[in-house]
Amino acid sequence: MFAPAPYLLKDISVSQVMTQVCIALIPGIAAYAWLIGPAILAQLVIATLAALLAEAAMLRVQRKPLAMFLADGSAIVTAWLIALTFPPLAPWWLVVTGTVFAIVVAKHLYGGLGQNPFNPAMVAFAICIVAFPALMSQWPVVGLQQGLIEQINIIFGFSPRLDALSSATPLDALKTSLKLGEGTVDVARLLANQDIFGNFAGRGWEWVAAGYLLGGLWLLQRRLITWHVPVAFIGALALISGALWLYNPAQFASPLFHLFSGGAMIGAFFIATDPVSGCTTPRGKLIFGAGAGLLAYIIRVFGGYPDGVAFAVLLMNLSAPLIDLLTQPPIFGMKDKA
Amino acid sequence: MLMNLFKFKGGVKPPTNKTQSVGLPIARAPLPSRLVVPLHQSIGGTPRPVVQAGDHVLKGQLIGEADGWISAAVHAPTSGTVLAVEMQAQPHPSGLDALCVVIEPDGKEEWIPRATVDYKSLTPEEVRGRLQHAGVVGLGGAVFPTHGKLTASKTVPMDELVINGAECEPFITCDDLLMRERAEEVVRGIGIFRDLLQPKKVLIGIEDNKPEAAAAMRAAVTALGEDFTVVQVPTLYPAGGAKQLIRVLTGKEVPAAKRSTDLGVQCFNVATAYTAWRAIAHGEPVVSRLVTISGNVQEPRNYEVLIGTPMGELLKLAQPHPDTDGIVMGGPMMGFLVPNADVPVVKATNCLIAHSERLFPPKAAEMPCIRCGSCAEACPHELQPFELYWFSRAKNFGKTQEYAIFDCIECGCCSFVCPSRIPLVQYFRFAKSEIWARERDKNAADAAKARFEFKQLRDEREKAEKAEKLAKAAAAQAAKKAAEAAAAAAAPASGIAESAAPAPAPVDADADADKDAKRATIEAAMARAKAQREAVQPKNTEAVTIEQQRAMDEIESRRVVLAPAAQEPAGPTGKKAE
Ligand code: SF4
Ligand code: SF4
Repeated sequence: MFAPAPYLLKDISVSQVMTQVCIALIPGIAAYAWLIGPAILAQLVIATLAALLAEAAMLRVQRKPLAMFLADGSAIVTAWLIALTFPPLAPWWLVVTGTVFAIVVAKHLYGGLGQNPFNPAMVAFAICIVAFPALMSQWPVVGLQQGLIEQINIIFGFSPRLDALSSATPLDALKTSLKLGEGTVDVARLLANQDIFGNFAGRGWEWVAAGYLLGGLWLLQRRLITWHVPVAFIGALALISGALWLYNPAQFASPLFHLFSGGAMIGAFFIATDPVSGCTTPRGKLIFGAGAGLLAYIIRVFGGYPDGVAFAVLLMNLSAPLIDLLTQPPIFGMKDKA
Repeated sequence: MLMNLFKFKGGVKPPTNKTQSVGLPIARAPLPSRLVVPLHQSIGGTPRPVVQAGDHVLKGQLIGEADGWISAAVHAPTSGTVLAVEMQAQPHPSGLDALCVVIEPDGKEEWIPRATVDYKSLTPEEVRGRLQHAGVVGLGGAVFPTHGKLTASKTVPMDELVINGAECEPFITCDDLLMRERAEEVVRGIGIFRDLLQPKKVLIGIEDNKPEAAAAMRAAVTALGEDFTVVQVPTLYPAGGAKQLIRVLTGKEVPAAKRSTDLGVQCFNVATAYTAWRAIAHGEPVVSRLVTISGNVQEPRNYEVLIGTPMGELLKLAQPHPDTDGIVMGGPMMGFLVPNADVPVVKATNCLIAHSERLFPPKAAEMPCIRCGSCAEACPHELQPFELYWFSRAKNFGKTQEYAIFDCIECGCCSFVCPSRIPLVQYFRFAKSEIWARERDKNAADAAKARFEFKQLRDEREKAEKAEKLAKAAAAQAAKKAAEAAAAAAAPASGIAESAAPAPAPVDADADADKDAKRATIEAAMARAKAQREAVQPKNTEAVTIEQQRAMDEIESRRVVLAPAAQEPAGPTGKKAE
């Protein structure tokens, strides 16, 4: 009877927020399934089931209301991000391991929904690439003519994992060739190899990235994310890649290549924008996004891993509380003092 | 005239639900069977009752006299008999009782003599005094005594007088109807304020979803030859918050720590201007107000209602649906459920909303905060509600103050948008009241400690004095005995002139013994007092943090200021010891 004001509430819930994030991922997923291989659909299902089971178990242990939290959709978003960032033909248990680790350790051991300091999907990625580097870098040869059943057989280990199936990601291919070539190979010549590279980035992958971009713009339009993180992320990545590309186009790929390769687009719109583990103040978001974009590039080009988005986001997660603290915006009526 | 409008950040757009109650003109609510008039209806001192049970009162007669400058008088809303002056439940979120004058109407509506006055013949002080005695307070809901806001700052020139006709809360339409039907008197009332404050500009802000009201006001301004500007402001909750409206119309931002006059701007509600005019020009104190009745009712409408009318009785006029399960006073964003249907309409009652679960479905369960930031985007005071929530929840009240919790105007925008359904405003109210309570407790504890120490010192002194008396008596006794013994010893050897010689000796001995005994008892008393003092010293003062030590030192230094009263009694004892 003594429910407090306001009595009118906006028609929005956590599960609606999460559902819209999932919907926004669909264009990217569609391009992925169409151009890279339908296996991704199986991986999405595997990750989702694993996440929901792990979530349910953890809720059970903590005696939290199952239905309410399972329905919030946050576990599904984590699961999808894991499926979409892991190699599509990774064995099922790798995806399950990553997902369970994300939900149990990265999320619930830190207090559950809203409490995790690190992005759970990126924790899963980092753990798995450190623990299973070989499996995590087996990407399918693009244009591999295989049906869903054949791909599922590979995922579940019914068909042998042929080495011929796998290759490096475009990012990795470029990096390795440049390293091996020791200055004798140039980017333009490498990119002309249409088996791996498409118009300006990875063959097929550039369309997947475009799908994420589309979904991300839709999220922006729905005001579920603000412009700060994506703009800062893309801006920083474009700026540093552009500067080095201008300096030596034979050694460094173009900004377009970097933006449409690997996890750049999904990172800019879906991962670095995770509110729980990211920054919350407007200036903080700009710093967070720019930091993540910059670090991603540095790790990609100079570091030991083919793609840097996961580690970049985790490193920025680490600094988010401090950034927030230092970027508190002035409040109403106090602007001249700031 | 085209005006450059400013924007305030944040804000939300809840469904306005205003059309329901604007279809019919203002109606006069019938006399209720009983009127319960609370004495404390405005911010500031509680008016003192000046009537008692059995008195006959006339409509408009003073029943509660203003107590102090920030306080406004209260009047009988109709003629009749005072049944009681007693505690009654209040329309207040706390549900606490307060002193009320209960009046049984005689049905005659007999007024006190009312004089029509040309206020231009009055001095500003007289105008302010009349407003105070007529009980004119802010009718937008803040109920701040109006006369208290009608003095311009001496140092800052008065730039703008802002008149608030925005009425941004959903459901409420009483200001809208007032402006439509009584625009002329509103404008005349604004004229009084203008004359007192002498602003450079007068801006009347009305949300653009009330074109009829704006047109009526414009017509009245033109008809009366005033140079007020009627401005239609975008419909965005809480555009009707005084600070938001000031921002929109003038670009000035008034922080919590400042008064708006410090920035050369002052703001009044349209209904306040109306009652000010009635009070000054017609000698009518505030005994009624317009109330919107809406929500889960068949006939939503605006009524002119006597202050003190029981809400339940009033609600019946609009025919509430059978599933009505409560009454919200105020709008759905900032209002509250009243404790029961008998509580009276007060000067702050602008709207009654019949509550039902159909209209306001129960809130979904509260989820953890996902730091989505929606609340911060919606907050018109540009606070970080989720941080405030976090610290309120953790009872880290110091941090809530660092994050400017007292700048929160409790508008409810953050709760409105939160997808986790966290009742954020409730946490902020809790934190604010905790901070106030702690402040009070601390002051009370300091006072109690000073009292305790004073009592302790007095006890010690009394004990010391008692011991001293006993010692004196004992010494006197001993001296007497010694003298007797000496006399006895001297007696056998009497007859010789020597007899006079020992006489002074006992006197000396007596004095010495007396002094020694005195000193001994005083020392003993002091030692005891010291031991006692040590015994009651708090034992938890070791291993305090730097902050705690600083806080303690601060308290100590304040106590030293208080101390003379407490230490004086110690003086004599202390001095004697030297
Ligand atoms: S709107 Fe609710 S869930 Fe979102 S940050 Fe604010 S308190 Fe947290
Ligand atoms: S209730 Fe307070 S914190 Fe919430 S939006 Fe309003 S001013 Fe901001």
